[in-house]
Amino acid sequence: MSAIRVPVVEKILSANDHMANENRSLLDQNNVFSINIMASPGAGKTSFILQTIKHLSNDLKIGVIEGDTAPVTIDADKIIKAGMPAVQINTGGDCHLEAVMLSDGIKQLPLNDIDVMIVENVGNLICPAAWTLGTHISLLVASVPEGDDKPYKYPNIYRGLNVLIINKIDLMPYVEYNMDYFRKGVEMLNPGLITFPLSCRTGEGVDAWIDWLKVQVKQYRQGK
Amino acid sequence: MHELSVTESILTLALENAKKANASKVTGINLVIGQLSSIVDDSIQFYWDTISEGTICLGAKLNFNRIPALLKCQNCQNEFSIGQELAPCPVCGSYRSSILHGEEFYLDSIEIEKDQEDSK
Repeated sequence: MSAIRVPVVEKILSANDHMANENRSLLDQNNVFSINIMASPGAGKTSFILQTIKHLSNDLKIGVIEGDTAPVTIDADKIIKAGMPAVQINTGGDCHLEAVMLSDGIKQLPLNDIDVMIVENVGNLICPAAWTLGTHISLLVASVPEGDDKPYKYPNIYRGLNVLIINKIDLMPYVEYNMDYFRKGVEMLNPGLITFPLSCRTGEGVDAWIDWLKVQVKQYRQGK
Repeated sequence: MHELSVTESILTLALENAKKANASKVTGINLVIGQLSSIVDDSIQFYWDTISEGTICLGAKLNFNRIPALLKCQNCQNEFSIGQELAPCPVCGSYRSSILHGEEFYLDSIEIEKDQEDSK
């Protein structure tokens, strides 16, 4: 027997990255701009998606992929009720979506009939950060009642973001939440990150997000 | 916790590369993991012992080369390391920094054995 060292030098999640690239190609072929929405459970991901659909439905058609750890269709049902196509993916207990799971979901959406695909990742601030899905932008819905220390406790998810939503700002008068402290943490992790404080309940601040998103979709189409 | 998925990915990569090299046994797995990657070494080892059963990777030693985080201040260009907590630039106090090292997450190499007959 002879012991030999074989160099590999390959990213551990390279298989996932490869599948993510395939997802991106499929979306680009169909001119579909896509968003990966992450958040902790209860931050308001589904409410945020419903608000986005409500404000955009006159201009753009949105398809939604709902990731959940349990075989429920609660979120997908809400989207379908709002008049948009939705696909539910059950991760079978896994704490995050992986590119291969998304690949199955994408194929079930009417891609040539939608302009924007929103992916609602599993509610979790740790695991989804490590698995790229192939979407065009990554978005986090943070919320005021979760507390202002979350960037300090879950740094990795903030590092990979393209846009940050701070939901439930209508609750600011009722909870201990220091917006400056929160934003300072975000700044250390992701300098200059575009951020939209808003309330899905009252609708405050939603317009600014919608305007930004419309610009992103427009730029995406022009850049192709 | 996503260490199981990560460990499965490591095993797949190791087996692929072992096969390419005509290995009869894999004795070592050399991983490079940055300080900023949220991975627990002990969990990976735990899952490894379970999922490598029945493969030529069973019994391979997992070696973790941990890379400390190194940041660069976007304001004054100072390079600095951080501990467990986020920190501004120790020189100018700016919060804007970029990561030079600490996000590494790859399989560097594997240690294998070959049967003498195969290597002729």
